[in-house]
Order: sequence, then structure tokens, then C-alpha cells
Amino acid sequence: MSIFNRRSQGKDLAERLGAREDELRASTLYRDAWIRLKKNKLALFAFAAIVVIVIIAIFAPLIAPYAPETQDLKNRNQGPSDAHLLGTDSLGRDLLSRIIHGSRVSLMVGIITECIAVPLGVLLGSIAGYYGGKIDAVISRIIETLSSFPFILFAMVLMYVFGTGLVAVFVALGIIGWIGLARLIRGQVIQLKEREFVEAARAAGASDLTIIFKHLIPNCLSTIIVVITLDIPDDIVYEATLSFIGLGVQPPMPSWGSMLAESMKYMRDNPGYAIYPGLALMFLVLMFNTLGDGLRDALDPKLKNL
Amino acid sequence: MLKYILSRLGQAVIVLLLATIVTFVLVNVAPGDPVITMLQKRADQAQIDRVRRELGLDKPLINQYFDFLTKAIRFDFGNSYSNRIPVMQLIKQAFPVTIKLGLWSLLFAAIFGITVGTLSAVFRGTLIDKFIMLLAIFQISAPAFWFAMMLQIFFGLHLKILPVSGMSHPLWMVLPVTVLGLRYGAMSARLIRTSMLDALSQDYVRTAKAKGVADILVVMKHVLKNASIPIMTMLGGMLRSMLSGAVVVERVFGIQGMGKLAIDAVMSRDINIIQATCLYSAFLFVIINLIVDLTYGLLDPRIRITGGAK
Repeated sequence: MSIFNRRSQGKDLAERLGAREDELRASTLYRDAWIRLKKNKLALFAFAAIVVIVIIAIFAPLIAPYAPETQDLKNRNQGPSDAHLLGTDSLGRDLLSRIIHGSRVSLMVGIITECIAVPLGVLLGSIAGYYGGKIDAVISRIIETLSSFPFILFAMVLMYVFGTGLVAVFVALGIIGWIGLARLIRGQVIQLKEREFVEAARAAGASDLTIIFKHLIPNCLSTIIVVITLDIPDDIVYEATLSFIGLGVQPPMPSWGSMLAESMKYMRDNPGYAIYPGLALMFLVLMFNTLGDGLRDALDPKLKNL
Repeated sequence: MLKYILSRLGQAVIVLLLATIVTFVLVNVAPGDPVITMLQKRADQAQIDRVRRELGLDKPLINQYFDFLTKAIRFDFGNSYSNRIPVMQLIKQAFPVTIKLGLWSLLFAAIFGITVGTLSAVFRGTLIDKFIMLLAIFQISAPAFWFAMMLQIFFGLHLKILPVSGMSHPLWMVLPVTVLGLRYGAMSARLIRTSMLDALSQDYVRTAKAKGVADILVVMKHVLKNASIPIMTMLGGMLRSMLSGAVVVERVFGIQGMGKLAIDAVMSRDINIIQATCLYSAFLFVIINLIVDLTYGLLDPRIRITGGAK
């Protein structure tokens, strides 16, 4: 009821002031951010491109001209032609179809890895920042230790532990992915917990959990959104790198990384095989990075150095 | 300052100890029996038991860990499981290659990043700035190993002026250093631009300009100096991610460095080498971080007095 009242009050006020209702509501953080983002044409283009790639990935079997695993041994390592727009690979499979299907692996890795990394990072980061003292010391040392290994080497060792394949990639990248986020959230929570609204909540009798989940984490939301957008392209590149080394997605499943690994043997005769999957990879990563940059500028100009 | 140095040293030792635990646990929870891998399934049970005893693998895990730790402190990681060569000998061969590659790339990246980033900041908003930043984001988005392959195709196979891979040609380092240097140079250019813009908007810059100090001197003496802390952080981070990026770039160019050693070890499940490469790079990372932190203390008196409390 109360929400209704407030809304209709807003409408009354709007009518009295001769303004449109949505202009009055425009003062929230996220509406401000949206207005700023709308002015950034590059970021909007990136967002649209990502949506298109997601649609292509979902409907890959309908869009791709061939099945990604259909071999045609008579037409191996062909250049672009009418039948095969980007040519064929070393087993005569259609490159375009494999690139289209490969987008599924990349996007899945980006999304599922973040689904593992974000809850871990947000939870551990906010606990460390909020409680401080010994808890913070333990979590901070864990973060420092895990980040003292080169990421790709650490990912390789995790793949050694979990075995190869797509699920192992999710788990390994998830275990690595929370570290950076936790460090940022910890820093923000340390600053936020001294603010008046936290004190007010505590004075009103809110428990630690309520303060963390209802007050502190929602205030870090813009950081979280920006970090996710900028971490997804990193995950995508890590997956491609692992698959390129031979530790990630295994054949015949099409992944851009494993396609590039295979193409190295045919670089002289079929350079297109090495060029096109990498272009797709670069384009997707570029779009996420551009969107992330735009979101960062729109949501939180303070995060410039991220 | 002494207190600051000691507290940072203490933290570094703790992190290194934790790194040995993480490495040891990871390698030991991995499926598969290293002894069977080592004997390549040809051995009978008695032989397997004998080798296991020789390697100390029959002791409780906690004893194994302390064995591992006491040996690791003396840089003794045992022999490679696949060819029985001492692991340290392999590392001594591979490490100089990687560090040489890393340092040349760092030099390339630092010169490129500082020049281009400063240009971009000084000419902010102009076409030069936009062009540089566009190139930078392209460079950052192209995966290092793919960019390496593109350089191989263009300079090695198409123009035939540089070697495609291997280490025998006198110019073998040109392409790998270009890949790593451009990538991390582009990353640093973006950061340098941001911190230069921050520094440029400070009052002391306006004062210096009002005094009639030449633009170039303002940039060199005031702006770069005050942007040096973020730049130091970045150089440290850059060296670290470069050593990480070198892993896969070494593979593309067939360079016999630490990256190749690590990849081969994971592929052949050679746990002594895996442990050694992990600890070696952790050691290196911790040292780099320590140097960066101590330089902060030197550059900024506020940090050394408060002990780096943020």
C-alpha cells in the first residue's frame, strides 16, 4: 500500500511540477549510471554485439551451415569458398560452423565461472573487511598466497588435479576468479563499515549478517557489476589458453582455443584456420572489455585504475 | 623504516610457507599414482613398493610435507620422474631463458607504455589520444598466444624476415619480446594515462606552469615523479603477469623456458617438476612484491611512517 501511495504522490508532484514522472525518479544511482551509459555509444555497441553473440550461441545449430563435427576428408584445409565461407580445417570440417559452435564454450565459461567466483569473492571479501582482526588476517593471507602463483600456472596445476574437460575448466577458473574480487570488496567494506548508515543499522539492533547482506554488499553492487564484466573476458581468454595448451576443452568439442592449437600445424598451408577463430575470440573479449570500461565510467568513476 | 621492512619480510615468509602447503596439497590430492606413472605401468607390486619407499612416499603425509619443506628450503626438489634428471638442473637451464625474455619484454613495455601513455595524457581528447587508446584496447583484447601466431604468419611465413620458432636464430627473441612487450606496454599505457591525468590536474602543476616552467619539464619533474607510485605498482604487476603470459608465448615460439618446463610437467604428470616450478614462481612473485612495497617506502615517506596501513 505504502509503495502505491508514494508512487501516486510522485505522480501528483510530477503533474504539479509539470514534469514527467520518470524524470523525477531519475535520481537513483543506477538511473544516473544508465543515463551516463546511454551517452557512451561504444559501450552500447559492445552491449548490442554481446547480445547478438549470445543469440548466435543459443541458436548455433540453426545458424551454422554445417554440423561442427561433420568431417569431409576430401576437402581438408580448404581456403574460403562458396560452400565453406571461411574454409575448412584439417579434417575438412566447416570453420565457420565450428567458430559459431565455439562461442558456446566461451560464453559458458565466462558465465559459469563467474557464478562460482562471485559468491565466493563477495562473501569472503566482505567477511574479511567487516570483521577485521584475525579473520581478516587469515583470509588476506589466503588471498596473497593464491595470487603468488602465476594465474595460468595455477590454472594448469588445478587442471592437473581436476582432470581436463569443460567442467574442470569451470571449477579451476572459479577457484582462481574469486581472488581479485574478494580483495576489492574487502577494501570497499573496510571503508563502508565506518559510515553512518552502518552505525545506524547497528544501533537499531541489526545483526552482523543483516548488516553485511542488507547494507554492505548492496553498496558494493556497482563494483561487483564492473568486475564481473571485466572478469568474463579474462575467463574466456584463460579457457582458450588452457584449451590451446591441451589441458582444457578436449576434441572434438569445438573451442576457439583448441582450434587455434590444431591450426598451428597448418599455419603455412591454411593461415585462415589460425586467423578466424582468433578474430572471433578477440572480438568477443574486446566487446566485454569495452562494455566493462563503459560500465565502470558510468557506475563508479572512482574505479578508474581497475 | 626498519619496522616497515621487518613487517613486510615477515608477511613474505608466511606467504611462502603457505605456498608450499598449497603446492603440496594440490599435488597430493590429484588422482593417479606418481610412482606408476614413473614406472610406466611395467613394474610389479614389489618394485612399486620399493620405489615408493625410496622416495619416502610410504610415510604419513605430514612427514612427507616436512621432508618436502626441508628439501625445498635447500632448493632440492628431487629428480624428474620421467628422465631422472635433478629438477634444479632443469630449472637452472630454463630459468635464465624466461628471465631474459621477461626483462627484455619489461624494458620494451616500460618504454612503450610510458612514452605512449604520457603522449596520450598530454594530448588528451585529441585524435592522437583516441588512436592510442583504441590500439591499446585492441592489443589487450587479443590473446597473447594468438597475436604471437599472427606475427609468426606475417613476419615468419609471409615476409620470411624473422624466425618462426626455436632459439637457434640470432633474432629469435624479437617476436616473443614484441608480443609480450606490446601487450603489457598497452596495459601500462592506459594506467599511466590515468595517473598522469590525475597528476596533471594537481595544484602544483598549475603553480609550476604559472612560474613559466616549460611543459616538458613540468611533465618530467613533477608529473612523472608524482605518478611514480601507481607506476611502480603497475611495473610489479606487469612483471608478474608477464612471467605468467610467457608460459604460453614460450609454447608458441618453442622456447625452452620455465613455461615450457611447467606445461610439459603437467602433461607428463611429473610432480616434482610441477612442485618446483610452482614454488619457484611463487618465490619470484613474493620477492617482486617485496621489492615493490619497499620501493613505496622509499618513494613515499607517509607509507614508511604508518607502516603501509591503508
